[in-house]
Amino acid sequence: MTTETAPLTDAADPGAPDALLSVRDLGMTFPGPRGTLRRRPGIRAVDGVSFDVRPGETLGLVGESGCGKSTTGRMLVRLLDPTAGRVSFRGQDITRTPQHRLRPLRSRFQMIFQDPFASLNPRQTVQQIVAAPLRAQGESRQRIRAEVRDLVQLVGLAPEHLERYPHQFSGGQAQRIGIARALATRPELVVADEPVSALDVSIQAQIVGLMERLQAELGVAYVFIAHDLAVVRHISHRVAVMYLGRIVEIGDQQQVYEHPAHPYTKALLSAVPLPDPAAERTRERIVLLGDPPSPANPPSGCTFHPRCPKAQELCRTEAPLLTPDGPGRQVACHFPEA
Amino acid sequence: MTPHPLLEVRDLTVEFSTEEGPVRAVRGIDFTVERGRTLGIVGESGSGKSVTSLAVMGLHRGATVTGSARLDGTELVGAPDERLRTLRGRRMAMVFQDALTALHPYFTVGDQIAEAYREHFGGTRRAALARAVDVLGDVGIPEPARRADEYPHQFSGGMRQRAMIALALSCEPDLVIADEPTTALDVTVQAQVLELLMRLQQERGLGIVMITHDLGVIARVADDVLVMYGGSAAEQAPADTLFTTPRHPYTRGLLDSLPRLDAERGTELRSIPGSPPSLLAPPAGCAFHPRCPRHAARPDARCTGDRPPLRTVADGHRSACVHDEVTA
Repeated sequence: MTTETAPLTDAADPGAPDALLSVRDLGMTFPGPRGTLRRRPGIRAVDGVSFDVRPGETLGLVGESGCGKSTTGRMLVRLLDPTAGRVSFRGQDITRTPQHRLRPLRSRFQMIFQDPFASLNPRQTVQQIVAAPLRAQGESRQRIRAEVRDLVQLVGLAPEHLERYPHQFSGGQAQRIGIARALATRPELVVADEPVSALDVSIQAQIVGLMERLQAELGVAYVFIAHDLAVVRHISHRVAVMYLGRIVEIGDQQQVYEHPAHPYTKALLSAVPLPDPAAERTRERIVLLGDPPSPANPPSGCTFHPRCPKAQELCRTEAPLLTPDGPGRQVACHFPEA
Repeated sequence: MTPHPLLEVRDLTVEFSTEEGPVRAVRGIDFTVERGRTLGIVGESGSGKSVTSLAVMGLHRGATVTGSARLDGTELVGAPDERLRTLRGRRMAMVFQDALTALHPYFTVGDQIAEAYREHFGGTRRAALARAVDVLGDVGIPEPARRADEYPHQFSGGMRQRAMIALALSCEPDLVIADEPTTALDVTVQAQVLELLMRLQQERGLGIVMITHDLGVIARVADDVLVMYGGSAAEQAPADTLFTTPRHPYTRGLLDSLPRLDAERGTELRSIPGSPPSLLAPPAGCAFHPRCPRHAARPDARCTGDRPPLRTVADGHRSACVHDEVTA
């Protein structure tokens, strides 16, 4: 693959030795629409994404629609096959492992989806839904029954819920079922794609609290994908901010939120309205112009430059690399905030 | 003669008949919107916030509406369709969450705005189109003359939302009801659209009803807030008061369960147990009592009797909790 941006860590880098998940130079190019004679150029949804996830931590992946965060999440668990780069789980490259050989590993990384109802089979009972991953692992019927009982209690549902169908539950309860299924095989990593954004505010807090408690009890690591910056701040240890298929900033949660280095991160944070009228009246707000651009037709150089208040000539021509900016942070900007 | 408030809603009730029996989506709501002011209505799914706005606009298909909603003194509830049609667009307009449902896919954006304008003001098609280009420019659409010739699908999400606001404002209404107008937008685009609404309000003295589930948006734009739960008003207060000294346990629970960018690090989220009530089988008495920490701590027959009405607890501050004592 030819990129004008040599990634900070190339595909041969094995990643941190203690990493649970290592992602290097990950890319996804969807085929372009058919033209009259040939296909038009592909759409680069994800480009040169690299990060590590350590055991038991939560990495938040934030960005606006079309930034490639969900595509990245799907590639992490091989629901999508990347067109470039590499994903390693516990040091083992799983990028091109055939699906049938991936099966033993599947129990160790799972996924939670945004729409709990769409991700649950409406014709199966809770018992059947939560038992499915255990059956796939070839557990005995007796073990499965006992396990499923424990799991539904673990996520705050009652044993009498086991024989019910998804439509008999509220959105929050359905998401609990999705979480129980994801945790059935006691995975080390769960990729959660917008797990609370379809829920009412009062229910969101229940699910976020549940995910935090389960992490403390089970030591599971999360990749938490969301557009809601406040939720991500609350649950994440580290945060990666994506824009148009690339990570523009990644670092410890506190650093990224309190001292954002990338102008996009800064603008994004300042755009979130705070539930505090007095603060809202006096707050400095960076209002970005225009909409996020389309990945089908990305701007030259730094893809953020047309909306960036700090853009200069260099930004129009040269894409910045993701480079270290103080301890525990990397930023892709020619002129990062001090 | 004292001038009428721009919108005065009294004891508004909306009932639907369904196969499973009547559903009372809104039960006796009161509020007032003055010119140049914004009332925020906040609530979760099933709270009745959207149904309230549809009933005011006369867009409630098949529902029974009782009570009163007066636009500058003119009664809207039970008004004949023709009168409502004249008022809609001309005096009051609506902005929705999804611009694609409000804009027709077969007609250009300019034609749709021009058509709405001619419906109320007549005149030539050419003059109406010129007016459409003007309002598209007013809402910050670049190259409005060119964009007026385009179809809704050629607009980005943020631009479509602006186009819908342009459509709503084309006949210079006094009242705009915006139902989750920025919920489908990215946060950077949301900031632009909120900025636009506030600027237009300042320039034209619009009264705005902003319906949303997002307390941040409420804090940003609202002067006064109505918190709805299970079809009733739970609390009503000026925005500053509501956020600094919420009185109703639901409002408090909502604020405590909100992850915030401005929270101290390590602040725990305190969630509200249970789920919002079903409208088909609402709990007796206060709709919030099954989830209420006050009721759990101090069960009170008044929580489970009749649905408690709003009571004044301090100057301009009303709460529907029977446990709330008057402090001011």
